[in-house]
Amino acid sequence: MTDTNLEGFRAETRTWLEANCPSEMRGGERTEEAICWGGRNWKFSSDAQRLWLERMADKGWTVPTWPVEYGGAGLDRAHDKILTEEINRLEVPLPLQSFGIWMLGPALLAFGSHEQKLEYLPPIARGEVRWCQGYSEPGAGSDLASVQTKADSDGDHYIVNGQKVWTSYADQADCIFALVRTDRDAPKHLGISFLLIDMDSEGVSTKPIRLISGSSPFCETFFDDVRVPKSNVVGTEHRGWDVAKHLLTHEREMISGGGAGLLGSRSLGAVIAEHDGGMDASTRAEALICEVDALAIGLTLERYKDQSESGGGVGDASAMLKYAGTELNKRRHELLMSAGGADALEWDGTHAGLAADWLRTKANSIEGGTSEVMLSIISRRILGLPS
Amino acid sequence: MSTLLLNEDEVMLQDSARGFLDGAAPVSHLRGLRDAGETHDAKLWAEMAQMGWTGVLVPEAAGGSDMGHAAAGVLAQEMGKTLVTSPFLSTAVMAATALRQIATDRAKAALAQIAEGKVIYAIAVDENHKHDPEATTLSAQADGNGFKLNGSKGFVVDGGNADRILVLAMADAGLTLFDLPADRDGIARTASSMIDARDASSVNFVDVQATGEDVVGVVGDGMSVLRPALEAGQAALAAEMAGLASGAFAMTVGYLKERKQFGIEIGRFQALQHRAAHLWCETEVTASAVRNAGRMLDEDPENATMAVSLAKARATQTAKLAVIEGVQMHGGIGMTDAFDMGFYMKRARVATEWLGDYGYHAERVAKARGF
Repeated sequence: MTDTNLEGFRAETRTWLEANCPSEMRGGERTEEAICWGGRNWKFSSDAQRLWLERMADKGWTVPTWPVEYGGAGLDRAHDKILTEEINRLEVPLPLQSFGIWMLGPALLAFGSHEQKLEYLPPIARGEVRWCQGYSEPGAGSDLASVQTKADSDGDHYIVNGQKVWTSYADQADCIFALVRTDRDAPKHLGISFLLIDMDSEGVSTKPIRLISGSSPFCETFFDDVRVPKSNVVGTEHRGWDVAKHLLTHEREMISGGGAGLLGSRSLGAVIAEHDGGMDASTRAEALICEVDALAIGLTLERYKDQSESGGGVGDASAMLKYAGTELNKRRHELLMSAGGADALEWDGTHAGLAADWLRTKANSIEGGTSEVMLSIISRRILGLPS
Repeated sequence: MSTLLLNEDEVMLQDSARGFLDGAAPVSHLRGLRDAGETHDAKLWAEMAQMGWTGVLVPEAAGGSDMGHAAAGVLAQEMGKTLVTSPFLSTAVMAATALRQIATDRAKAALAQIAEGKVIYAIAVDENHKHDPEATTLSAQADGNGFKLNGSKGFVVDGGNADRILVLAMADAGLTLFDLPADRDGIARTASSMIDARDASSVNFVDVQATGEDVVGVVGDGMSVLRPALEAGQAALAAEMAGLASGAFAMTVGYLKERKQFGIEIGRFQALQHRAAHLWCETEVTASAVRNAGRMLDEDPENATMAVSLAKARATQTAKLAVIEGVQMHGGIGMTDAFDMGFYMKRARVATEWLGDYGYHAERVAKARGF
């Protein structure tokens, strides 16, 4: 693709976005309300939000790199990058975000059958079906492959029984992609299947989890004799661990990006000064070290993104991005609390939210694989140390 | 802005540099020089010139290859991996960056000599125990049509082997940079015995005559020529330290895989695995900062200060961690002179101080970030 063609695409894209992006969606503060997660029960916060989603979905631009037949626009990396730049230029939120886009979609593209892709991907792209992730269980945290939720064969169906935990937004999702044990006699990695389950099925129930940081999107999800068609297995039966690992790589990149997204262009020093806590010498020194590391980690995310866009892939190094990004985020929030002093301790009131954010960051180095699991992955798969 | 990945030319440069240095200058080369009481290998330097390395920042019009700062970083990083000793940073990076800003025939001739490997430069900036160019007191008093220099400089890297010295002095009009032959009357060099077994000297100036021709750039505005040169040196030194860290790390991981205690490889112990993995993460993060410094110097040099300081600050911390863990994980053997890890530790310490340590560079980041 020549640069001339790319610049032509940029011009067309800019014109289209200018004409089709509702002005209410542009600029200003990025609130939770502005984010559209989609789904059967989604209530749009405004007509503009609905229009923005519909128009972008019609173009295939909610999932620009997915093939056209599955609801995408079939853009290559160079075009996708331009589209992202042009969307950012308008300071508009993405029309849709979801676990379907970030996690299930890439896994289906890699492992799903053509029929599954046709059935599940377009509704994700259009924001019609919202997915959640059923991985962890009370007895399967870091040792995820020890999941016990069982799916017993019953003709062309499974009967699913068990419990998942940390299922984000399970109470709002339409469907769940879950790791279930389909072979209890095989070694633990070889008896798992990756199963798609409709949350409206008889026997599925959810219960929200309250965290130390307050209410949360996390839920417990229970399966009580839930009937699921066997055709809902993604990839090969009993080989769901391969799909799970593939998907975890995407999840880690997402979490590390989220952590570093906070770095933005604002410096920690400026943020701390805003909190009006002043800075003593030792806090300043610590904040400065944190800032140096934050900038370097931000560049590392950029470098791996470059690598990913050049076709090199990130692979196991996503463990490094996740580890570095989340540990940094915890340090940042410790400093912000320190700067805030007594103000930052308010649960309700003018400064509410600071403490909740601080507490919430403690989960960053647990969810999606703990820091210790990340270090073990690096040790084994990148450094080649014996286990 | 280009990406933070090596381009094709840089990958080729890296491969050929590694191939050459593994043969010509493994760590045993430095050990050999030290044991012989020497700090310079003229043959190695000539070979570097032949491959175009000394001209990496010399314009093509002056006979250089002009590959840029990112490429200079690639070379410095490969040199760092095996602790290669040469006046590359002083001469090919810093002196070349200073002189290429000057439009005189004399500067052009000097650049040609650098590209050919015919001259060694030293940069004489610091006078006290910490890097601080602005604190220069060495004086350049007006004397007839020229100047008379008096004072002393310390930690002048490559000062002993240098043919020429770029020296920063305080004239009536302000800080001024001079380009002088090292053997000019009144210049006395005393070698310092350094822990990294490399060339550093203190240089005394007693009534040293300098002409207007010897001034690099404008009288009273030496920093506008010197600052880009220092930043180029800092970026390349950061690259060298990143290479040093990865060299030390590779030795350490290799040792974890083969050393047995309690009947198993010590690399099976999670206490060591997690520290090694953490160290690897640090080297990766630092590598990004180093790449970015080279990119900024090549593509937006006016605004590269923060990127350069970020790289030097990070490289300093990572190299320190790599050599501390290197010695600790090797155990007793890591403490012996017969083993190479000590060379890495000593070079890391010297490179930390040279051209500004962590605190110096973190403060420059702080300033840029509004602290």
